[in-house]
Amino acid sequence: MASTTTTTPAKTDKPRMSRMALQEQRWGRLFVAAPFVGFCLFSAFPIVFAFVASLSNWTGTNSVFANFCGLNNYIELFTDARFWKTVGTTIIYMTGIPIGMILGLLIATAMNRRIPGVKILRTMYYVPVISSLVAVAILWAWVFNYDFGLLNLIIKALTGAKGPNWLGDEAWIKVAMIIFMVWKGLGTSVILYLSGLQNIPRDYYEAATIDGATGWQAFKNITIPLVSPVTFYLLITGIIGGFQVFVEVSVMTTNGGINYSAATVVYYLWDKAFKHQQMGYGAAMAFILAIIIFIVTAINFKGQDKWVKTID
Amino acid sequence: MAAKVSSGGVQSRGSRALDKVLFVVLALGAVIMVFPLFYMIMCSFMTKNQILSADFSIIPNPWKGGMYSEVLHKGLFLSGIRNSLTVAVPVLLVGGFTSSLAAFSFAKLRFKGREQMFLALLATMMIPFAVVMIPQYVMFTKIGWTNSLLPLIVPGLFGNVSIIFFLRQNLSGIPNDMVDAAKIDGCSFFQIYYKVFLPMMKGALMTQIILWFMGIWNDYLAPTIFVQDEKWYTLQVVIRSFNDQYAVNSNYPLIMAASVIAMLPTLLLFFFFQRYIIESMALSGVKG
Repeated sequence: MASTTTTTPAKTDKPRMSRMALQEQRWGRLFVAAPFVGFCLFSAFPIVFAFVASLSNWTGTNSVFANFCGLNNYIELFTDARFWKTVGTTIIYMTGIPIGMILGLLIATAMNRRIPGVKILRTMYYVPVISSLVAVAILWAWVFNYDFGLLNLIIKALTGAKGPNWLGDEAWIKVAMIIFMVWKGLGTSVILYLSGLQNIPRDYYEAATIDGATGWQAFKNITIPLVSPVTFYLLITGIIGGFQVFVEVSVMTTNGGINYSAATVVYYLWDKAFKHQQMGYGAAMAFILAIIIFIVTAINFKGQDKWVKTID
Repeated sequence: MAAKVSSGGVQSRGSRALDKVLFVVLALGAVIMVFPLFYMIMCSFMTKNQILSADFSIIPNPWKGGMYSEVLHKGLFLSGIRNSLTVAVPVLLVGGFTSSLAAFSFAKLRFKGREQMFLALLATMMIPFAVVMIPQYVMFTKIGWTNSLLPLIVPGLFGNVSIIFFLRQNLSGIPNDMVDAAKIDGCSFFQIYYKVFLPMMKGALMTQIILWFMGIWNDYLAPTIFVQDEKWYTLQVVIRSFNDQYAVNSNYPLIMAASVIAMLPTLLLFFFFQRYIIESMALSGVKG
């Protein structure tokens, strides 16, 4: 890492560092060496390699360079109906993000009213978050079972009619996945909103009450703006995670569901790269995905000045 | 009922009634949230016949604990537990050390390129695993690691970016004078980390390591890609393969029992350390 020293010649006014400062520099770099080497080996190099591979009909075992095909993989992707279908499904699943945020904010607002037993309630909402995703996906696949699943048994007990074929129908399977994802992630929004609400000074509400504001007005004009940093965080992490949904589909469906109706982009990518050895094609898909995530995140960060407020 | 009056004294009788309604709604919601997990435990004690009856029942009749002993006698299940631990222990020990050392250096030591290196590390948090998994898989295949747990262990030894980030934030509140004072006392830089700053970040580090353990224990994507041989399956991959294998003859009690055991370590850790875990979760969200 000596090269970094030579690349910063700007500070010529301070040509010498004291012995102590030089030592600090040496040790400082040594201490961050491990994560930096890890970064080079397991992030930087793979990214560059993935990009080169995305320009090749690479199977993982043949030569990347001998099978170079330029932008063919990307061109093929744009006309690949299955790819666009999985993009659509991935975005449909993201409707779970606002649902989870609204529910989370409502629950947290209620909890913030000094309700007895908040700690226990909070824990109950949070348990799904820390549960193993594979285990709960297996569980929910069983809960959604058409004939013997918990959900349809309850529906039958309540209405007498048979519930939908949750995992066997192209539309219902998406509803089922969204229900599952909202259930799994709700605890995070509850916890984060609750801690956001606890940071809002109580006198804001008292002042609003004195000014004659109704509960709804206070909620709309004080609560929502002041928890906007949490909303922003949940939105960003939700979208970044939402584009990478894989385990849910892999565990709860066989081969992506009927007509691939439940498959997400990452599932399709995994399918292509690891089941069909189209590693170059998979790498191209991964790159498009990364670019989409980057653009959406950048738009969000740009837009945040307009609606994200802080307490000061 | 003076205790019920809030600090502002604005709580009326109407709002107290509202609190009662809200409590009921919240409690109902909480019950719905944990009910599937409760049902999972109940199913693991049921017979196959009860599970496959069209009538709605929750309480096992009769109670059968046999599935647990059956699961715990399966070689694949036991090797799954062993493999998950074999991954977690070295990663947490070595990775915890490298992460905290780097966090200390990024927060408290001055060296050229510090900010750039830190930003480079941070940027990796935004890169989807999907992008790096294909090249990583080929790398690991080329050096013959896919027949071992090394692909799951080695990357972790170099540290964890989100832990470095969190601990660095944690240390930035501590005045830099501490470093200078320790230097004057004749401490080496490693001693400054080990004797001064490590004790200070002990609590935060422990919480992060617990969260990391949960992440490793529950990880599925990396193990399923990098590990081919059944002998090296981690626990999550094992319960997934049980699901494929036993769902065919509807042996759901066994699948549920295996899943319950697989969930137990993280649930227990959560219950013991929930105050710290929730605090640290909340911090990462509020401070962004």
